[in-house]
Amino acid sequence: MSDSPIEKSNKRKYFLEKLSGRFFLFCALISVISLALIIGFVFFKGLTPFVADGYSFVDFIFGNDWVPSEDKFGVFPMIVASLYATIGSLIIGVPIGLFTAVFLAEIAPKPIAKILSPSVQLLAGIPSVLFGVFGLAVIVPFLQNNLGLPKGQSLIAVIIVLAIMMLPTIVTVSETAIRAVPKSYREGSLALGVSEIGTIFKVVIPAAKSGIMAAIVLSMGRAIGETMAVILVAGNSLIIPTSLTDSVRPLTTNIALEMGYAAGTHQEMLFATGIVLFSFILILNFVLAKISAKGGQ
Amino acid sequence: MKTAINLSNDSSVQAETNKNVKISVNNFNLFYGEKQALYDVSLDIYEKEVTALIGPSGCGKSTFLRSINRMNDLIDNVKISGDIIIDNENIYRTNDVIKLRTKVGMVFQKPNLFPMSIYDNVAYGPRMHGIKNKQELNQIVEESLRGAAIWDEVKDRLKTSALGLSGGQQQRVCIARAIAMKPEVILMDEPTSALDPISTLKVEELVGKMKKDYTIVIVTHNMQQAARVSDRTAFFLNGEVVEYDKTDTIFSVPKDKRTEDYITGRFG
Amino acid sequence: MNKIKDHLLRGILWFSSLLTIVILVTIIGYIFVKGYKLINFDFIFGDYSPTGGGGIWPMVVTTIYTIVISLLIATPIGIFAAVYLQEYAKQGRLVRIIRFATESLTGIPSIIYGLFGAVFFVATLNFGMSIIAASLTLTIIILPVVIRTTEEALKTVPQSYREGSLALGTTKLQTLLKVILPSAVPGILSGIILSMGRIIGESAAIFLTAGTVAALPEGIFSSARTLTVHSYLVTQESGDIELASAIGIVLIVIILVLNLTATYISKKLNKAD
Repeated sequence: MSDSPIEKSNKRKYFLEKLSGRFFLFCALISVISLALIIGFVFFKGLTPFVADGYSFVDFIFGNDWVPSEDKFGVFPMIVASLYATIGSLIIGVPIGLFTAVFLAEIAPKPIAKILSPSVQLLAGIPSVLFGVFGLAVIVPFLQNNLGLPKGQSLIAVIIVLAIMMLPTIVTVSETAIRAVPKSYREGSLALGVSEIGTIFKVVIPAAKSGIMAAIVLSMGRAIGETMAVILVAGNSLIIPTSLTDSVRPLTTNIALEMGYAAGTHQEMLFATGIVLFSFILILNFVLAKISAKGGQ
Repeated sequence: MKTAINLSNDSSVQAETNKNVKISVNNFNLFYGEKQALYDVSLDIYEKEVTALIGPSGCGKSTFLRSINRMNDLIDNVKISGDIIIDNENIYRTNDVIKLRTKVGMVFQKPNLFPMSIYDNVAYGPRMHGIKNKQELNQIVEESLRGAAIWDEVKDRLKTSALGLSGGQQQRVCIARAIAMKPEVILMDEPTSALDPISTLKVEELVGKMKKDYTIVIVTHNMQQAARVSDRTAFFLNGEVVEYDKTDTIFSVPKDKRTEDYITGRFG
Repeated sequence: MNKIKDHLLRGILWFSSLLTIVILVTIIGYIFVKGYKLINFDFIFGDYSPTGGGGIWPMVVTTIYTIVISLLIATPIGIFAAVYLQEYAKQGRLVRIIRFATESLTGIPSIIYGLFGAVFFVATLNFGMSIIAASLTLTIIILPVVIRTTEEALKTVPQSYREGSLALGTTKLQTLLKVILPSAVPGILSGIILSMGRIIGESAAIFLTAGTVAALPEGIFSSARTLTVHSYLVTQESGDIELASAIGIVLIVIILVLNLTATYISKKLNKAD
């Protein structure tokens, strides 16, 4: 029995239906493929020296000297620099950003908040390089002159630039979290005779905790991963920083500075530096996932 | 100009003598995952009649309606057993949902016109089925809108957004959109529940006229509506058909105590 | 006692906000004050001269190249991926894996993308340091943004549209192309605009994949530098803050326009609901 024209056209439709479904699945899998390729290539390249060439991973992580010409690859100073820079910027950036978010969400007169909130949000989109340019042009000379440093490019300059850079993110994300706190919480507290400020600090901020934590983790990821802005103000010396005014070289800048000319084992060690950075980010993502799972409950 | 759908030409006597079974349902069960929603539904729906499905909310009447054009396929984890046979074809065996849904049109609880012009809404189905000729489309659109008794209200604004119409008008355009596919069966899922009384009356009147050309299955929670528009009524309760008979019989001498309780308003 | 504490805390809130605003205004203001003198027609449309005084046209062209190429690739893939996740997929392991991968891509720092692009697109696929290598790297960077915003847009399309269309005997594909995607266009557009901002702001990944050649690119396989990389390099190499700031102004204005457009579109979208 031959098919009628309508049945034939329907057959074509079902075929297209199946084909398009497969195609959409393929597109969706590109994320997975990309992630696999990224992890695969970076780890393959970065682990080669330790797996194939007999370099010690422990020496790499805890070694103090990074002298590629002498075959010495120790990233400990960079790990320390990255951690100091990230933690330092959080210490400055989080409270200022959080208090600004509280102000915008709770205290600021409506017309002011209506202008400021989107403006701050807009600043989150500014290329981070520009923060580095500002840092080099203003913050570095300021530190150099006022602290009497030989060179203004230092850990503290990195910390300040990163803190400024993360401000818009912290403000925007925490403001959203604070605004999401139900009105009834505030009313409940105010009805008990607690002052407005008391309510904010005792009830609203704790209620928005998971959103605020997400903002912090997000900024932390940005800070530890930031590269070009940091190069401009870090000084890039290969020492373990002992004071805020020391010149530093965080993990990211090490990669960007040397990728241009590195070859062979040297280049692979830069990928290994990437793995260290990657591991920090993975830990952060894990924490973030935990937090957002908690927030969802 | 050609005349619209030949509603007026049909003799009403013919419809009354017509007793062919259009849809035959045998021991139909439906499960949402582990939860059973329909139990052994068996009934015959007759050609060119209006069959009403009534019952309290959650009784399975809408689920059953959506089984007739396989709209339940959209939900994950739906399993069925038993047969629904339309014109000697078991719709769950032949597996041609395009053909099935072309033959079995549907009107939903809330008007769900697309954000397009009135014309494009009605022409949407025919276009998707390959009709490109402009004159042919114009004719289908006019016939369908006339068939849904809305032509006079919208003929001057066919190219304007359909979402600018009132709820009642939108629902009749939805009916026109369904008619445009020249279906044989039209399923209506509480088509007036979102409408005001006057629009409701217009739609009911329309349903009465349409049965000359279509087999209509209508879900309603409004018992007066069922009594007004339908020839037969099935009373659903907890996923089962408690009673299915001529509407007159159901509303005057129900056989089952539960049916009587429901139509007299003792529950639901 | 409590009153004093209240006043103190209120003061801290005011102070912090003021500080945030002063800092951010200072930065923007500084960049504008330093850079505005350089901005003129020749600056934007003039050729670059390494000795100074030239324009930024080659970098503008390179930036446009990277935006266009990466959007051309990432937009269809991202939209269809979102379509799969929202319209086709049954919830399960596969979907969880895809979502996990997409979220993980969001969190990877751009320098890692740069490393990957350098080893994969530049070396393994042998594209060399080039616009195409950078654009493909950027494609992966913006893919999660396009997917997420498209998914959000698809979620706002009422289920009744899908049912209405399918009940007319149309296929899922027809329903998708004729009803669902057209209704989701505004949301998808604002996602694309956000991705453009991301591309423009990107530096580290491009630095490692496109290189730094400051000349008008001959084609997509040329090494070239984008505006953002240029503003980094003029600062790093010659300490030319004025030039870097002038480029900064161009970047900020572009970002501003993009954001306003995105806000406008999403406002329109909300009204339509």
